[in-house]
Amino acid sequence: MTDRFAPPPARGCSATPVLKERGQHEVFCGLTGIIWLHRKMQDAFFLVVGSRTCAHLLQSAAGVMIFAEPRFATAILEETDLAGLADAQQELDRVVRELLERRPDIKQLFLVGSCPSEVIKLDLANAAERMSAEFAPHVRVLNYSGSGIETTFTQGEDACLAAMVPVLPRSEARELLLVGALPDVVEEQAVGLLEAMGIGPIRVLPAPNREAEYGLGPGTVYALTQPFLTDTHEALSRRGARHISAPFPFGEEGTTAWLWAIAQEFGVSPKTFHAVTEKPRARARKAVAQAAETLNGKSVFLFPDSQLEIPLARFLTRECGMTAIEVGAPFIHRAVMQADLDLLCEGPTIAEGQDVDKQLDRCRAASPDLTVCGLGLANPLEAEGLTTKWAIELVFTPVHFYEQAGDLAGLFSRPIRRRALLDHEGAV
Amino acid sequence: MKLTVWTYEGPPHVGAMRVATAMKGLHYVLHAPQGDTYADLLFTMIERRNHRPPVTYTTFQARDLGADTGNLFKSACLEAYARHQPEAMIVGASCTAELIQDDPGGMSETLGLPVPVIPLELPSYQRKENFGADETFYRITRALAKPMARSDRVTANLLGPTGLGFRHRDDITEVTGLLMEMGIEVNVTAPYGASPSDIARMGHAHFNVLMYPETGEAAARWMEKELGQPYTKTVPIGVGATRAFVAEVAELAGVAPRLDDSRLRSPWYSASVDSTYLTGKRVFLFGDGTHVAACARLARDEMGFEVVGLGCYNREQARLLRGVARDFGVEALITDDYLEVERCIEELAPELILGTQMERHIGKRLGIPCAVISAPVHVQDFPARYSPQMGIEGANVIFDTWVHPLVMGLEEHLLTMFREDFEFHDEAGASHHGGKAKPRPETGGQPPVPPGGIEEEKKQATAIEIVWLPAAEKELRKIPFFVRGKARRNTELFAGERGVSEISVDTLYEAKAHYAR
Ligand code: SF4
Repeated sequence: MTDRFAPPPARGCSATPVLKERGQHEVFCGLTGIIWLHRKMQDAFFLVVGSRTCAHLLQSAAGVMIFAEPRFATAILEETDLAGLADAQQELDRVVRELLERRPDIKQLFLVGSCPSEVIKLDLANAAERMSAEFAPHVRVLNYSGSGIETTFTQGEDACLAAMVPVLPRSEARELLLVGALPDVVEEQAVGLLEAMGIGPIRVLPAPNREAEYGLGPGTVYALTQPFLTDTHEALSRRGARHISAPFPFGEEGTTAWLWAIAQEFGVSPKTFHAVTEKPRARARKAVAQAAETLNGKSVFLFPDSQLEIPLARFLTRECGMTAIEVGAPFIHRAVMQADLDLLCEGPTIAEGQDVDKQLDRCRAASPDLTVCGLGLANPLEAEGLTTKWAIELVFTPVHFYEQAGDLAGLFSRPIRRRALLDHEGAV
Repeated sequence: MKLTVWTYEGPPHVGAMRVATAMKGLHYVLHAPQGDTYADLLFTMIERRNHRPPVTYTTFQARDLGADTGNLFKSACLEAYARHQPEAMIVGASCTAELIQDDPGGMSETLGLPVPVIPLELPSYQRKENFGADETFYRITRALAKPMARSDRVTANLLGPTGLGFRHRDDITEVTGLLMEMGIEVNVTAPYGASPSDIARMGHAHFNVLMYPETGEAAARWMEKELGQPYTKTVPIGVGATRAFVAEVAELAGVAPRLDDSRLRSPWYSASVDSTYLTGKRVFLFGDGTHVAACARLARDEMGFEVVGLGCYNREQARLLRGVARDFGVEALITDDYLEVERCIEELAPELILGTQMERHIGKRLGIPCAVISAPVHVQDFPARYSPQMGIEGANVIFDTWVHPLVMGLEEHLLTMFREDFEFHDEAGASHHGGKAKPRPETGGQPPVPPGGIEEEKKQATAIEIVWLPAAEKELRKIPFFVRGKARRNTELFAGERGVSEISVDTLYEAKAHYAR
């Protein structure tokens, strides 16, 4: 089903020795995921138990104070909470009670651990159990950690989804579960394509609200839509569900391979598969080709950020004609990354973890045509003359599946086109 | 434990970063987990800085906690020194590192670094960003500045401007110009643009100009005491304050007061007939204490507004603001809870808010125009053009900025005259804001309910005593939106005072006549 693409490389990157770095990381912590998770789960509230720093991170990551009263907040620990853990638990009860009184629309509450709550060993699992008992059945209280000492950026979503897996009821039904908090428009496209092939029923994790929840069991097969969902992957396996391994659905090739893996699982004929995917594939190809004109033959350097780096490098090299110089990821989990590593041509340095100053040195030395990096690095690198794409946008904008393949390529080509357009005289 | 959604101030180490990032040749080693590196983007994105903040984060992880976070800190210090070769370093802990008690200050002493290493103690669970900046600048000054001979010519230091400050970049230029006109040179501006060696020669100056008490007062006090340098108390925001500042400087420097006001336009703009409509506009001010205090006087004395309420989010300035509030016959709101600010604004129903980005959002929700006068900042608060708040040009800029969100004078008349006209209705907004006129909804009924149901709560609160009869409610809606809040409030007050529980069209107009000025 990947007939339109170059054959997989004889030797992909899966055997390439990985450069493991252990120095200063320039990556957000897992709390950041709350910014998109709270929009996706409409009856959920995310209560971070942390410090002023955590509140400030959320505010800064949200960019502006857009929502009057969003469904997240931080319970900021104060001096007195640090003095006694028993009192801190009582305080937390008070805060939660007040919150739930004020927001009767909340049906699930996530207590989100932070570095400070973990360092003082404030037991949020215990608190969640206690509160679940108090507020059941109206409100379900779960906990997970988004702390920077345990999680990077997108791992927060992973931890959140993993926390939801054990509370789903048991079911023997044969169902397909799509895992990952995608923008609605993207999710609907995927579901539409799969249903058109006769696959169903299709569930998504996270469900938009508690009413839409379903059961799990050995009949469940699941496909990950995001490469950072490793704990969720393991939690689902523990419930007896089976993983459909595939490259991630970025670009035409990734989407086709991902859909085809699911189609095979459900015994869809190649003919049906073609009939359903032909048109969107053609559209994706056309859209990618436009952006690829700019990207073709250019080099790219990816800093570790969202965990999307390896699948994106695969997309940029195989579909857009780019050469990857370095592909950094915060961590590399083979079980979910294998298919993408296999497709990624040998050549780039594959780096795990980070030592940001050293990586910047390598990046400057390589002088790539495009650098994909976090918000803290983008403008400084632009000022040094490098062209950058800030990675957080890849998580905040719809980039999956066929109809977004062109947009995805466009995110990378735009900075290059812009630099070519502008007279850079005196820009810095 | 305090439930918080949006905060006016970050943690104190962000304040330290504002000092470090504003300076040159200084490096900050911050013992902190990786997520705390988000703070870099405040500087690189909001302020569009073209350099990374000079901060090394140790980014310790959970697995390091049992082992040796101390060594991690030490090697981070050594590597940061080797790579950046700073003239001086500051070291400290973020909120998480404070809990693991590694003592960055003590550890850094043992490293034998060949430059001054200044330890910071910033209590993350008690204090906030402004304190962090003030304390950091004070510590740096204390460590590096020494008493020395005064410069031959009369010079002054400018104290307080930092990274992420509200218009600090342009205020420096403006204040430097003010001093120059009096023949006074700037010795050092700090922290903004200063290196540790500049800090060391601050003692040359004859006196200090404290531009921003929020971030410079501790250093100014110390320098007054230890270096014998008096400092200015007037913040030159507004024409009156600028003149007072010039007088104060002249006195401190022993020179003749001189102010070139040939570029000053705001007093005439304010006096010209088109500005008549500004008279008695009810304004509410909120922000940091310094800006609010200065802007309140400006609002009353130079714009002819009526200040109906004011407040600040930084407790450090509570005393100052209470004093100002007394002077205005209002109560000062001292809080860092934006919900409380929102409730207060709703209650007072001002016609204009002068606030921070936070109040801008509150204003959007309540349909009240807002101009920004203070940090916390947003990318919009770093305009490409020159736009100071201080001095002569600052006064001009402020006039434009504050008037902009209000409906222009003539347009206001037209709105009143043609208030039944489909294009001139209130939801159309001010025409100069580029929004397309939206046709008035057919029924004229439901006003848009802001999210969060604030409107609902309000109705419930007032419903107990006073009810608006449908006809009166409809009439109220015909009143242009920028005075509707006032009309509603006055009418309810009028009715309440007279024990009237139902507001009819008559009550509305009786109240209007009663309050007519
Ligand atoms: S890294 Fe830790 S302390 Fe910092 S914002 Fe994230 S959870 Fe909070």
